Amino acid sequence: MSAQTTQQLTIVQAVNDALDTAMDADDRVMVYGEDVAEQGGVFRATEGLLDDYGEERVLDSPLSEIGIVGTAIGLAMQGKRPVVEIQFSGFLPPAFNQLVQNAGRIRWRNKGKHSAPMVVRVPYGGGIRALEHHSESLEAAYAHVPGIKLVVPSTPADAKGMLLSAIDDPDPVLFFEPKRVYRTFREAVPEGEHKVPLGKAKVAREGSDVTLIGWGSMLHYALQAAENLEAEGVDCEVVDLRSISPLDRETVVESVQKTGRAVVVHEAPRSGGFAGELVASINEEALMYLEAPIERVTGFDTPMPMLAHEDYYLPNPPRIERAVKSVLDF
Amino acid sequence: MSQESVRFSESSLGDPTSSFEDCLLQQGETAPPRYRFLEPDGSYDPDAVPDFSVEEHREIYYWMLLQKRYDERMVNLQRRGEMGTVATARGQEASTVGVSIGMEKRDWLLPYGREPAALIRHGVSMRDIMLYWLGVQDANRLPDANALPFAIAIGTHLPVGVGYAWGLGMDGADSVVTMMMGDGQPSTGEGQAAMNWAGVVDAPAVFFCLNNQYAISAPFHKQTATNSIAQKALAWGLDGIRVDGNDVLAVVDAMRRARERAVEGNPVLLEAVTYRLEAHTTNDDPSRYRDDAEVDWWRERDPFDRYRAFLEAEGYWSEIDEEAMRAEIDERFDDAWQAVKEFESGGVEELFEYVYEDMTPALQSQLADLEEFLEERPDAYEYIEERPKG
Repeated sequence: MSAQTTQQLTIVQAVNDALDTAMDADDRVMVYGEDVAEQGGVFRATEGLLDDYGEERVLDSPLSEIGIVGTAIGLAMQGKRPVVEIQFSGFLPPAFNQLVQNAGRIRWRNKGKHSAPMVVRVPYGGGIRALEHHSESLEAAYAHVPGIKLVVPSTPADAKGMLLSAIDDPDPVLFFEPKRVYRTFREAVPEGEHKVPLGKAKVAREGSDVTLIGWGSMLHYALQAAENLEAEGVDCEVVDLRSISPLDRETVVESVQKTGRAVVVHEAPRSGGFAGELVASINEEALMYLEAPIERVTGFDTPMPMLAHEDYYLPNPPRIERAVKSVLDF
Repeated sequence: MSQESVRFSESSLGDPTSSFEDCLLQQGETAPPRYRFLEPDGSYDPDAVPDFSVEEHREIYYWMLLQKRYDERMVNLQRRGEMGTVATARGQEASTVGVSIGMEKRDWLLPYGREPAALIRHGVSMRDIMLYWLGVQDANRLPDANALPFAIAIGTHLPVGVGYAWGLGMDGADSVVTMMMGDGQPSTGEGQAAMNWAGVVDAPAVFFCLNNQYAISAPFHKQTATNSIAQKALAWGLDGIRVDGNDVLAVVDAMRRARERAVEGNPVLLEAVTYRLEAHTTNDDPSRYRDDAEVDWWRERDPFDRYRAFLEAEGYWSEIDEEAMRAEIDERFDDAWQAVKEFESGGVEELFEYVYEDMTPALQSQLADLEEFLEERPDAYEYIEERPKG
């Protein structure tokens, strides 16, 4: 098979490319949300789609997250493939009821008569100096809901490949996009069809001393910390979790069995955060391999601070490095 | 930007006036008019009533009787400890049957829980509705009907129904989605989001509100400060109509017309004004929140009395053999109840199936763990089975 041609894209461009690819391939795919059509989305993730696919399939919606998610469930049950945008993760909570009562439940409720194959795209996380209520990371709350999937790409190629897989997926998928790294770097992204399976973590950097586990924007801080520590002779492995639900325990456990130490990084509040589930999973399957208790580097149990203080809240490479040293020195 | 692209005009923004009184939109004291043919005492204007055939009248009466008889027998089963919690619709038969008669089989019916006659007429088996109240998950399969399971979480079906209707409209389907709801549902965020959305996308949807005056114990005036549900339609960009929900002829006719408008892309909020004569459910004691005098006032407006008076006056009653109908309904009920007794649930794997299309590794391991546990500890299995189910 000949190598696929690629283009250098940022994450937000890769999202746009995936939407374009999916809409071109399948008439059932619809895109809507607040400001996504005429304006192309506040992050421009949906730019150009209105011109290419028309106002029947690309729509500016009323300002209602309940409506965006709820109608997408109905459209998906009816046979469409809605890919809707929630403008910022901080605005997703009104739709929680629809996710819990309908999206995650309808297939189970009537035993497969209906299903809700839909994608909810959610730019999430802090670090872009956004307004209050724009930067939350409540992935653990949504991942706790049975019947929905929640995935988080951290690179442009994965953003495209995972979004195309999500659109094809038979189950409802929350697609959390790490907006801090939307435009911070480019990489080669295959043109046209390109799929990356959901539910699979990836070893983003191989190492032998300690496993760092992260996702989204934090993955890049973990990689940065690993690089900084290399100069001090510490060899970090970094696992890009990519899928919060379903969880790829195997990749996580294999890595920790190899290194014997782990640090989990996320920007959500610590208590009840997804790091807790990862620590429990590692304890259940790799306790005897552990050389030290697992450390968590996370946000705090506070609301997401406004922009002036967000950098005190968000994990950063120095905090990760400190945690790595702590598990190494145990 | 060219001149042609300006979407505004002075008049489109509302005619300006310096009178505050003229500008003030006031709630007023009275509700909008109610669509009605049959007076509570059974009198009517022969020139105004819609022209239905004797077959149609026979069918309407059959389903009203079925709703009433089904409710009576379900409550009896519940009192004997053989049935779970039951919600009846005594007093609302004209509305629950009228909506059904006004629909087409190809339409979608999204029930709120108090309309078994409409569901059965739409293709749901009576057995499955009984199984639902017994807490059996299979009841929600609804294999032969364009229907969804009950919206027990109030209002949650409304945005979904709008999405479904929107999709049908895009496909040019000649069908509508009828969403049933009580008078509490327009108070929910989902209800308001859904109705607003339906207006924006011209969804072929009918919101059928059974205003039975109570959401459990909360009376209508504590639910909303508007004088009706129907008038809210204007705020949400829908057409609205208030109907006497105890006049089955009015409900059927209004529903048919609402459906026609919805198919054309004009979603309608239809408010059927009725009254729940009995308890919210078999767990409820309505004497805690309403007086007998109020209930008696509504008993004088019973949907059966005026319809029967009309049928007699028109000479249709002699064509309707009520005793034979009742016997047939009882037999239908007995058959369904027998089928309930013969129904066998699957094993514990049913809990884990259909959460996702493919069972996730976590679900597989949890199921294996549960099966292993039950194998190891048969006493636990007995413990679970012996726990009361009602």
